[in-house]
Amino acid sequence: MVEMVNRPYASAFEAHALANPDVLCLSADLTSSCEIDGFRDRHPDRFLSLGMAEQNMMSFAGGLGLAGYRPFLHSFGVFLYRRPYDQLVASVAYPRRKVRLMGFLPGITTPGGMTHQAIEDIAVMRSIPNMTILETGDATEVESICAAADSIDGPVYCRVLRGAIPRLFDTPIEVGRMRELALGHDILVVTSGVTTEEALRARQALANAGVSIRHLHINTIKPFDEDALLDHIGSVTKGVIVLENHLTEGGIGSLVAEIMADHGVGKKLVRLGLKDTYAHGGSKPYLMKYYGLDAAALVAGIERLIGHSTGITEQELAGVRLEAVHSAIKAEAL
Amino acid sequence: MQNDKTTEEIALGIRRRVFVHSMRNNGGYLSQACSAAEQLAFLYNEALNLGDPTLPAVPKPFAGVPSAENPDYHTGAGYNGPVTPHHDRLFIAPAHYALVAYATLIEVGRMDPEGLEMFNKDGSSVEMIGAEHSPGMEVHNGTLGIGLSTGAGLAYGRKRRGDTGQVCVFMSDGEVQEGQTWEAVQAAAHHGIDNLWALMDVNDQQCDGAMDTVMQVRDITAKFRNFGAVCVEVDAHDLGALRQAKALPHEGQPLIILARSSPTQGMEFLRRRFPRLHYVRFKGEDERAEMNAAIAAELGIAPVDLSQGSH
Repeated sequence: MVEMVNRPYASAFEAHALANPDVLCLSADLTSSCEIDGFRDRHPDRFLSLGMAEQNMMSFAGGLGLAGYRPFLHSFGVFLYRRPYDQLVASVAYPRRKVRLMGFLPGITTPGGMTHQAIEDIAVMRSIPNMTILETGDATEVESICAAADSIDGPVYCRVLRGAIPRLFDTPIEVGRMRELALGHDILVVTSGVTTEEALRARQALANAGVSIRHLHINTIKPFDEDALLDHIGSVTKGVIVLENHLTEGGIGSLVAEIMADHGVGKKLVRLGLKDTYAHGGSKPYLMKYYGLDAAALVAGIERLIGHSTGITEQELAGVRLEAVHSAIKAEAL
Repeated sequence: MQNDKTTEEIALGIRRRVFVHSMRNNGGYLSQACSAAEQLAFLYNEALNLGDPTLPAVPKPFAGVPSAENPDYHTGAGYNGPVTPHHDRLFIAPAHYALVAYATLIEVGRMDPEGLEMFNKDGSSVEMIGAEHSPGMEVHNGTLGIGLSTGAGLAYGRKRRGDTGQVCVFMSDGEVQEGQTWEAVQAAAHHGIDNLWALMDVNDQQCDGAMDTVMQVRDITAKFRNFGAVCVEVDAHDLGALRQAKALPHEGQPLIILARSSPTQGMEFLRRRFPRLHYVRFKGEDERAEMNAAIAAELGIAPVDLSQGSH
């Protein structure tokens, strides 16, 4: 059984902040929801409550950056770019302030529905000059996200998981370095965030079906290591598939497509994610299945690439699910 | 750094420079010079503790935007002096007041008059809407309403570091229509940010015309007080009143001075254009000549020689 880690961000942020006096903790009325309530209680002198006013928080953080501080802004990812987009660009991104945007509940990992689901955040952030984008896919990456983000000479947006999170990796995030999780030769699978866990679930079944998978986990979306990706694409024979917790437009699938087009790579590409649609509220497993972001969707996409059925059944994939653990801790609650 | 001239002389000089520039360039932000000349003269000549400029008197051309590949990038803040713990900082929140701000820099000896000749020229850093890299600017404020929040964040950070210098935000009253302005005041009050003060040019004008016709903002003095600021309203053209207002104690709260101004002060001929004063363009050569003669007389200078063509 995969180890489940409860609230890894809380202790990781506290340790990082205490070791870095210029780190400040900012919150916009989602303090316990972003697992910084303990920090607020123990270190009130390092915590700024800025209320339900994200536009001010964003420009205020720009001012703190101008004063040499490195503010960590905590909110749901969606509230860090949709409402305060102008402030994000003018007060933070343009002047390259060292503002760390900790965006919780990325994509459909929230039951909050359209208003709460950051499904186009990568597309938005990718198109902002000077912005760096990181994404966490397991407990170890959440534990290392603060140090990784704080190493960036400029603003950074992070998709942060919360609650009970599986530990998939044993090494911290290295900014700019993708993880090579499998080195097969038929299909290149590219995942990030929660979709990596889905791909891992399908791994054994795919191996049993005779499909050789090369699997990359992406934690640094911008800047992106094009050469490494191209090398991996060159090592597979049947095509590339991207599974992401985001719209297929402007996200990692688009990123991969751009790189392939820029370099004249004539291989097939399947992009899985939200297909030009908003999502609605529901549990994470339900939403991942409903919108085709789960292991079964990945298998179906791979079947399109190889041109025949693998014979893998939903029951086979369900056998490696971790739902019982998730639901016990209610990781997806608001 | 204090100038040899009186603040009154500087205010008159600002109006004259903006007038001459606008005449030569067939239009400009004339009304902002009328309303804000005393305020900007007061800030630079009296109210702010600013060091000597650190950037050349003749502005350098545009040298690129901030990026990892542009390590030599710097803002235009050096015209306001060095960044030190004890010096004040100034943001010009309404970036379209740039022409007036540049004229002020010249009048107080921080920029060469040649700098104004670069105004709005391609490749120049002396941009029409003040950018971060424009003389006297430190942050982008072209999207109105973000300046006070940034000032509050900087002030909080400076207070935390023990800096004695204050943060001043020069604002325009149109910005009170933006919700962010109120978010900024409530945050500054909530966190006791009292090394922050704002001087707001209340000229009742905005791009579409008189503010009351565009969107009524009602009693902004009461609103600022209710949001937690110490707020006082004064005559923008009365330097004594500005001095008194600046001296108001505001421990634990930001200070906001509402400087009620006339958008035609010193150039009453512009009344003919009321209420469309945001950017004054001449309707033809006749009007340009008539305005040239009339306003030059009001400002006590000879009419601008228009035969030189536009600069």
